[in-house]
Amino acid sequence: MDSTRRDFLILGGKMFVMTGIAAAAFEHVLAGTPEKADTYNTADHWWAMLIDVEKCVGSGHCVRACKLENNVVDEAYFFRTWVERYHVDPLDMNHPIVDSPNGGMDGFPETYPDGKGKTFFVPKMCNHCVDSPCTQVCPVGATFQTNDGVVLIDKDYCLGCRYCVQACPYGCRYIDPRTNTADKCTLCYHRITKGLQPACCEACPTGARQLADLKNPSDPIHEFLRTHAVQVLKPQMATGAKIYYNGLDGSVR
Amino acid sequence: MKRFKDVEHLVRLAALFAAGILVFSIARAQLVPATFGTLGHYRASAIDDVRAKPLVHAGQAACAECHTDIVDLRAKARHKAIACESCHGPLAGHASGTVETKPKLPVATPLCIHCHAANTGKPKRYPTVDIKDHAGSETCVTCHKPHDPRIQL
Repeated sequence: MDSTRRDFLILGGKMFVMTGIAAAAFEHVLAGTPEKADTYNTADHWWAMLIDVEKCVGSGHCVRACKLENNVVDEAYFFRTWVERYHVDPLDMNHPIVDSPNGGMDGFPETYPDGKGKTFFVPKMCNHCVDSPCTQVCPVGATFQTNDGVVLIDKDYCLGCRYCVQACPYGCRYIDPRTNTADKCTLCYHRITKGLQPACCEACPTGARQLADLKNPSDPIHEFLRTHAVQVLKPQMATGAKIYYNGLDGSVR
Repeated sequence: MKRFKDVEHLVRLAALFAAGILVFSIARAQLVPATFGTLGHYRASAIDDVRAKPLVHAGQAACAECHTDIVDLRAKARHKAIACESCHGPLAGHASGTVETKPKLPVATPLCIHCHAANTGKPKRYPTVDIKDHAGSETCVTCHKPHDPRIQL
């Protein structure tokens, strides 16, 4: 043996450094190409939606797209989003006539006569409330708000006790008859976390529905909220609803 | 003098407590899902379950990637802001290449009247027609090409 203590230390040091480099490189190999790695960070987003009532023509594109995208039961009374038509008599503003034939899915074939009162369409969906009553009443923690402000349901954990269906002041939840668990709009969480639009916004032909990210400073929502008078539904319930309605009539419930 | 009288009672009680805590910890580890409570009072992995749902609508960017001719055709048309899948239906399978079949052409008139049939609820400036008055038995596409609906005879 002619190797000295000095040689041994140098060789050992080299091997140590090389192992470190190889380990670091292998981590990058495991992570895959940058496009494939999941770069979505919940802390960078705060999702909301803007619904412009003045632009809605009641075509029902959003309802159909939502049903297809989310595999919602194709029957009336099961809707993640639906369109209501309000007809307000000027002499009785507090009692609007509201209809929503098949959730507005096939449009509104019957029309009101022209010139008598006011008629308009109001698309409705889960309001993704900040202080949502539905998540507060769930006895098992099967519904919750994510860090980016979307209220979701854990379908594997839901008991189907229907408490949340009763708690929602907007009537946005239903029991899926196939699984007997609660179901509702997820704001197309599988789409927005991939940088896509929700199906309803994608399908809307007039741009009446727009996804908004309140944590993104360059989102046009900020300019819109500064320059328009927007409302949320049932503000007296203090739910912190995040679906902002532009041009909403006071008679809408 | 003995400091603790009848100390075996205390030992027995302690053993009972220890056994109870052990049973509780094992039962809890078995019953509570692994990710429950890491982000809040819910199963954190439920978020991944929701995200894992497959796409049905491909999104406008995916359509525009290949169908540049239609994008150019619509560039100045009044229908330019409408997403392809709004009329053609969800086509994520077609866009990703997993579904080989050619997408079906939508049936024009019933689709057109979803938006353009006269209805008192629609905004005043929005173009609507009384369909029987306007075209009789003709279909919409006889005069209007859906991608660029100006009349080009």
